[in-house]
Formats: sequence, C-alpha cells, structure tokens
Amino acid sequence: MSLLEIDKLKVTFEGDDGPVHAVNDLSLSINRGETLGIVGESGSGKSQTAFSIMGLLAPNGRTGGSVRFDGQEILGAKPKVLNKIRAERIAMIFQDPMTSLNPYMRIADQMTEVLTLHHGLSKRAALAESVRMLDAVKIPAAKERIRLFPHEFSGGMRQRVMIAMSLLCKPDLLIADEPTTALDVTVQAQIMDLLGDLQQDFGMATILITHDLGVVAGFCERVLVMYGGRVMEQGPTEPLFAEPTHPYTRGLLAAVPRVDDEDATMKAIPGNPPNMAAPPQGCPFRPRCTYAGEDCRVMPPLAPFAAGRARACHRPIAEVTA
Amino acid sequence: MLSYILKRLAIAIPTLLVLIVISFLLMHSAPGGPFTSERELPPQVLANLNAKYGLDDPLWKQIGSYVWGIVSDFDFGPSFVYKDRSVNEIIAQGFPITLTYGLLSFAVAVIVGVGLGVAAAVRHNSLLDYVAVGVSIGAQVLPNFVMAPILVLVFTLWLGWLPGGGWQGPEYWIMPVIALSTSFMASIARITRSSMLEVLTSNHIRTARAKGLPERRVILRHALKPAMLPVISYLGPAFVAMITGSVVVDIYFSTGGIGKAFVDSALNRDYAVMMGVTILVGALTIFFNLVVDILYGWIDPKIRY
Repeated sequence: MSLLEIDKLKVTFEGDDGPVHAVNDLSLSINRGETLGIVGESGSGKSQTAFSIMGLLAPNGRTGGSVRFDGQEILGAKPKVLNKIRAERIAMIFQDPMTSLNPYMRIADQMTEVLTLHHGLSKRAALAESVRMLDAVKIPAAKERIRLFPHEFSGGMRQRVMIAMSLLCKPDLLIADEPTTALDVTVQAQIMDLLGDLQQDFGMATILITHDLGVVAGFCERVLVMYGGRVMEQGPTEPLFAEPTHPYTRGLLAAVPRVDDEDATMKAIPGNPPNMAAPPQGCPFRPRCTYAGEDCRVMPPLAPFAAGRARACHRPIAEVTA
Repeated sequence: MLSYILKRLAIAIPTLLVLIVISFLLMHSAPGGPFTSERELPPQVLANLNAKYGLDDPLWKQIGSYVWGIVSDFDFGPSFVYKDRSVNEIIAQGFPITLTYGLLSFAVAVIVGVGLGVAAAVRHNSLLDYVAVGVSIGAQVLPNFVMAPILVLVFTLWLGWLPGGGWQGPEYWIMPVIALSTSFMASIARITRSSMLEVLTSNHIRTARAKGLPERRVILRHALKPAMLPVISYLGPAFVAMITGSVVVDIYFSTGGIGKAFVDSALNRDYAVMMGVTILVGALTIFFNLVVDILYGWIDPKIRY
C-alpha cells in the first residue's frame, strides 16, 4: 500500500467572480521513502495540492476527491484527527523562511512545543532534542543560538531551522513547498544538499514542490508535471527529462537556459498561464500548444504508456517528439 | 532597559516644564481672573488680593515661584477660590476616586474588548462575529454623556437597582465604569478583531497549524501577542481620553473625582487647581506612553532599548 494516495483531488476557491478551480482531478501516490517532485508554473495548483493534504487551505477553499494517508482518509478530516498527523507523520516546510517562523517567539519555544505536544516530552528533554536537530541541519553553536529570535538568523539559517523543526517528530512524509525559492542561489544549493542528506538519513518520503527543474533532477526519483491544476505528464525523473512526451513538458524543458548554448535567447512558451476563474475548455494548455486541435477541447485522460510513465495528450508520442 | 527608563523619566522633566509654561501663559492670556465676579470688588481689595496671591508680580516671576514651590516643597499652591484648601488637598481627595473608576474602566475595556475582538476574529463571518461587530459599533456611537443619563434612567429610576450618584462603595462604581469604558471597549474590540484577522492569515500562523497545535494554542500562544500591538498603541491615548472622560462621569454621577475639580477650576479661573490638574494629567500621559513603549519592547523582540 502506498503511503499517500490522492484520488481525483479537486480544490476550488469561492471568489467574488465565481469559483476558481485551482486543482482538477489530481491523482498521485507516493510510497514510503520515495521522493516525488511536483513541477509547474506559478498558479498551476501545486502548492494548493500540498495545503489540501495538510488541511491548511484558506477558509474559502473547498475540496473534493480523496486523500488517504496510510489508509486513512484525511481530506476534510476534523482538526483533532489532522493535528495528530501534522508534524507527527506529515511535516511541511514553506516557501518563505523569512515569515514562516514566528517572529515573536524564541526558536527554542517554537521547536520544543512540537515535542512536548506530540511526544509528551519534558521541557528539558524537548530542548535537548531540538538542539540535536539543529546540529543535524548544521547550525553552528546550536546550543546557544536556539535561545535567539528568528530575526537574528539569515534566510538560509531560518530555512535550516524550519527543516529542523519539521523533522523533530521524524515524520513519514515531508512536503517541501518551494523550500529554496526565496533564497540566494548559493544558499539554495546548500539547502538542497542538506535536504538530500536528511532524506537519506531519515528515510522519509518527500514531496518536493518547485518550479526549478534543475532542483527536481537532482533530488527526485519521480516527477509529476502540473499545468492549470491538472497533471500533464508523470514518470521517473530520468526518462521524463531525457524524452518528454507532452508538449508542455517539452516547452518547459526547452525554456531552461543553458550556459553552453551559443544562442542566448530564452525559449519561452508563448502566451500566459490560464486564468483559473475561467479555464479553457478541455486541455488547459490548448491555447498555448502548437499541436492543439479541435479534439483538445475534451480533456485527454492521463494514460500510461511505458513503465511508470503517463501523459495526458491526444497527440501521439511520435508526433510530439519528432 | 533600566537606563532607557531612566532616560525617558529624565526627558519627562523638561517636557513637564514646557507644559507648565504653556498652560500658565494660556491661562493668564484668557480675560478675567479668579477674583472677577458680578459684583465688582473695590480696587483696593482687588489689589490686596492680587498681592496676597502674587498675581501682581510679572508673569515670569509667577511661573518661577510656582515651579520653585513644586520643586522645593511639592507644593502646588493654594486654591484661589476655596480659601482653606490647597491644590494638593483637592487632588489628594479627588484623584484616588478618579484613579479607582479609571483603572476599573480601563481593565473592563481591555478585557472585554480584547475578548470580544478575538472571539469575533476566530469565528469570522459567523453570527458571533456579526453580533460583536454590531455591539461594538453601537457602543462606539454612544458617547458617555448620552450613556450616563440612560444608565441612571434605567438602573436607578426605573429598576432601582443602583444608586444614581455618590461614592460610598462598590455599588457606586458600576455605572461610572460602564459609562466610561463602553466606547473604549468598542474601539479595542474593533482594533483587536481586524488585527487578529490579519495575523491569522500570516505565514507563521500557517506554520503553527502545520505543527499540529490545537487551534486554541495557535490563537493564544502564536496569534495573540502580535495581534495586541495595535491595541497597545491605542491604550496610551485611550487612558488620557479616559481621564478627560472622567469630567462627564463626575458631573453625572457626583463621584467627586478630579474631573469635577478640573471643570470647576476652569469656570472659576482657579489658576492653581487648573495648573495642578493639568500637570497631573500631563505626567500621567508621559507615564502611560512610557508603559506602552515598554510593553512594545516586551512583545516585539526586534525592539530593543
């Protein structure tokens, strides 16, 4: 049985101009210890997918479908049920380390409350464990610095604190929502290295949400490409990057600038991401797709075509990859 | 921290001096004087009176001897109107009363206001929220000089539950406290609600929820402190406004606080009492602003003195 099983997840936000469909019929599963990347542009629904797993959607968000964690349905579960799973079994780190820590509390208090709450540790034991975890994320002089407030740390150090805090209960699943987006490039690499090491050491399954294809390639065994709230293509990282079969995946990979390229122009995908308050009928990528035809007004199913791989496109693979 | 407090207290001295000089000049530039009355006094009597109270001295000398009296003997002078009473006595009699119902009103306004605001924010867009917002808007548009006679009408004249005036025991405190605290309670509730709503959408609250903390703990431990910052900055001016509001309470409920003394002194041109009360309110304002700043530093670790 997979650790997390998402089936036909829908996330809708009630807006002033009618509902916004952020996620449409998203299905995915992840096994224990597996690393899965969710890739997509801003607004493709990847963060909202993560928030609905954790029950952290904005109050005007509505969900449909099913999210089963370790066999238990957790979509729309009561806060009491979710609070047993949050941090204890599924932990999350967020995009913006500058604002994700509580600026009014010492790091020590923010970390120890996780352990005193979930594991019933004494304050002293929780503090010792928290210091150990800060050591594990390579924060120098952790014993002294745990007494500090978040503003006394740099961005990269704060993200290390977030990571340490999320791992305190040794969760089965870690969701990292763009953990490096707000950081300097050099710090990004350090944080990804650290996450990679910790993932190996702790053996937790990890969902990495990002728009950075390079980060995914280095970290994830499997990738899921999202666009307009839907899965366009999924499969093991290496073959998917080597031979993308969906027009959107191909466009996304072609848009990555390469330093060895003589021609320095950016190969951007023409057009803009869809407005999810009024999404295009059928395949959301249709208005920007060079292969689009009349049949694309009906959303193609996500169809398996090779070991572990699946794509949602009406065009034959040969035509797209030619 | 201690040096900061000492520094602030040291700055308070010149601030109060400026306050004294300006009030003194304003007071004396108004026409009339303490001995102006309908029946004109013989010039010789007036001259004698002015000489006795030092009013025939040049203004700078009057200010100087007034300040010297405060500094050397903590003596705010004799009342110009009540022959046998000094300003110190008048304040010593009225201020404890004002302080009692002032602090009680303050406590009621803060506790009820914050509670109502937090409850409304936590149950945003629910019936409780609408009721809380409705009540606080209603309470805010009801000034204390309207509130006070309504209270007397209902609780004294109709129901006969509470004494309509005087200051003899806790049952005399209830109506003054309600009249004085209601509009402040309403403002605090509104400020708390909107600031709490904002804090609840912030990223660190999402983190707290992701940690599996019960909602109660998220609110009390993570959201309340930052949500209190705008409330605290409102408290300084609110306290001063309450002291000023005590004028109305003293008049409607005959409580005998310094508010009454203040109004009477202004009407009677009782220079010394006017100055005494002005300095007292000024000193309280300075003190409360200091308390607010210290509270700020206590809540927000980024503020260090």
